[in-house]
Amino acid sequence: MRVLAALSGGVDSAVAAARAVDAGHDVVGVHMALSRTRDQLRNGSRGCCSIEDAGDARRAADVLGIPYYVWDLSERFEQTVVADFLAEYEAGRTPNPCVRCNEHIKFATLLDRALALGFDAVCTGHYARIVDEPDGSRSLHRARDAAKDQSYVLAVMGRDRLARAMFPLGDVASKDETRREAANRGLAVSAKPDSYDICFVADGDTQGFLRTRLGARPGEIVDTSGAVVGEHDGAYAYTVGQRRGLALGRPAADGRPRYVLAVEPVHNRVVVGSADDLVVHVIEGDRAGWYVSTTHGPAALPADLQVQVRAHGTPVAARVEHADATSVRVRVAAGLRGVAPGQSLVLYDADRVLGEATVTRSWRSATSSDEPAGSDERAGSDEPAGSRDATTSDEAAVLPAGAHP
Amino acid sequence: MPTLGSYTCAVTAYLDHAATTSILPAAARVLTEHLASVGNPSSLHTSGRSARRTVEEARERLAAALGARPSEVIWTSGGTEADNLAVKGMFWARRTQDPQRRRLLVSAVEHHAVLDPAFWMTEHAGAELVLLPVDRDGVLDLDALAAELAAHGPRAALISVMWANNEVGAVQPLAEVVALARRYGVPVHADAVQAVGQVPVDFAASGLDALTLSGHKVGGPGGTGALLARRDLDLTPILHGGGQERGVRSGTLDAALLASFAVAADEAVGARPTSAPRLAALRDRLVAGVLELAPDAVLRGPADPARRLPANAHLTFPGCEGDSLLYLLDSAGVEASTGSACQAGVPRPSHVLLAMGVPEADARGALRFSLGHTSTVADVDALLTVLPAVLDRARAAGLAAGPGTPATAPRPDVASGVL
Repeated sequence: MRVLAALSGGVDSAVAAARAVDAGHDVVGVHMALSRTRDQLRNGSRGCCSIEDAGDARRAADVLGIPYYVWDLSERFEQTVVADFLAEYEAGRTPNPCVRCNEHIKFATLLDRALALGFDAVCTGHYARIVDEPDGSRSLHRARDAAKDQSYVLAVMGRDRLARAMFPLGDVASKDETRREAANRGLAVSAKPDSYDICFVADGDTQGFLRTRLGARPGEIVDTSGAVVGEHDGAYAYTVGQRRGLALGRPAADGRPRYVLAVEPVHNRVVVGSADDLVVHVIEGDRAGWYVSTTHGPAALPADLQVQVRAHGTPVAARVEHADATSVRVRVAAGLRGVAPGQSLVLYDADRVLGEATVTRSWRSATSSDEPAGSDERAGSDEPAGSRDATTSDEAAVLPAGAHP
Repeated sequence: MPTLGSYTCAVTAYLDHAATTSILPAAARVLTEHLASVGNPSSLHTSGRSARRTVEEARERLAAALGARPSEVIWTSGGTEADNLAVKGMFWARRTQDPQRRRLLVSAVEHHAVLDPAFWMTEHAGAELVLLPVDRDGVLDLDALAAELAAHGPRAALISVMWANNEVGAVQPLAEVVALARRYGVPVHADAVQAVGQVPVDFAASGLDALTLSGHKVGGPGGTGALLARRDLDLTPILHGGGQERGVRSGTLDAALLASFAVAADEAVGARPTSAPRLAALRDRLVAGVLELAPDAVLRGPADPARRLPANAHLTFPGCEGDSLLYLLDSAGVEASTGSACQAGVPRPSHVLLAMGVPEADARGALRFSLGHTSTVADVDALLTVLPAVLDRARAAGLAAGPGTPATAPRPDVASGVL
């Protein structure tokens, strides 16, 4: 096959490309330039889009003996991933830019261009497995190394594109194994640090980035009774589940930590409450995509499955209450803290990805699946804003650093 | 014949001589002859004198080839250093003579070796940058220069306008620039890196105050260049040390490299009367062939052959990404450039095309083909053979990936320092 290997300049994508070469494919390395204002040098664990990263990718291609090109996809990236990131935060939701990058850039713009140019597949350093099912279809599974698994951020790509993807690192035992293999192959990036933060937020300051791009909009922070307990510079900078950075003047009556329960962009208000208030049982999502047939609704899905709402969250047992081509509703009996609108909801049957949707709302409901009392009610993760999007892989050449799934 | 899409090609058509060209046999011979000789040209003993003699003979040879006096040759490490020395050295010297003179006038289509030092001087030396506009062919707008000088002439420190543009091949109206500048006592520098060997370059006749040369662009070795500078031009040094090169450019000279550079420049200039028409005919064959295969392609730069470099063909292909075109051609054994020098590995729409008013979407589909002393009809025909399939795929990729909404990129803004 003719394979386009996305080379980020990190160790994962380099080893993935090497494995594709070993498998006998004709491999061409492509580094995606996703930012127009690139730093000369890589800065710690941030970003994979520096000039230095492009140079590392070039050296990896040299060592592998494959051609190497840089493609400028910065305009597309700004129009899709960055624009979505800003719009989602502005609307009070919690975006995951790595998911959107996989959806709009790596397995859309890059893949489409590759196919048109005569390639058969796109190879990346993602940790996930593609399994050939008995019926001839291909399915997406978790990586062998659960700690590195990136199936959550890949689920958005869908079945058709999965058929054109190649993830050679899905079965490595650990990142250490990848690094050892890189060293054995003479790849200089074998000891390069992983990237964590969002690639296009150069200094890791998500709130600062949002304030710069969206402008300051001062408003109130209120508790569940409506009492004003603090002030903010822009509700968009807060994320459901966030605890740090609230700077509340008055302690809660019960003395317990307070978390962001809801972000209300229309009123430019942030609602805070206790950790218990974050627990939800029912999660609804739209923009669903399925790896299994949903013609028969939830009946086509296993009765008991697992859902995951964060890149490195723990899967929890759930039941599907509703499923159709474009939406889904699941019930998590044990309750879940860490659900914010905008996040991806991925459904698993053990290691196999069944489908994916974007969370629209969630609510407490210990016994029934009735509509929430207040449609505004939300709950979310217990991570601070800006960190929840972060992921841990240097993989994606394609991926803006940090923005890695 | 190479197969489109195969990575191993027996034949490579190298159509990127403007990036660099292969060393001329005579230059290679001279280089190897001198490489093993010991001797610092600044040393006073026999070996030193021998090396110095080699350097001075090279200086005389280079000067003679370009209508300059030997004492006007300042050796440098290349075109970039010569451009930096000109922009910074002339600005500082002129401003020192007359503190009023802070305006730094450069054309909007200069090479980055001129543009970037000019921007740097705005940030570090109090320069006021004036980007002189060009017309749709990439030729300097003389009226704009005249207006700028009429309004601010006494405040102008220097003017830098290239002899010929490296991307679209436009030859600039330097005689008019020099005539205008004289009236206001403003020194003029020209980057002639692409012009030497393609069009007549005579330093004395040009009236220029300084002129940049590069070794590897004319068939000499890399790491060599020179600034031709009139003896009465004040230049503030940017490299300090042993005081070589009139004290303007310190650093031990490499006799072997410089001898080779001088031979290459001499040969390139000497061959020009026959090589330029030969390359122009090849270029015309290339352009006609491309336009026949791709009627929607647009030749950028002056259509008049007399106003563009004979070895340059620059075209934009609507609906295609330059990245895709370069990849497809390369995999088919044809080497070209997307036009703008790839800045540190990151392809961007060319500032030259944007300054010419080419929409960003069109600028993204640019390819520069540049010919040189090794170019043959077979090279051009290799391109024309693979081009139809390349364009089919590049267009399909352009449609598949979507053109994207043209970004609202900032246009070069005259006098604002924003490019």
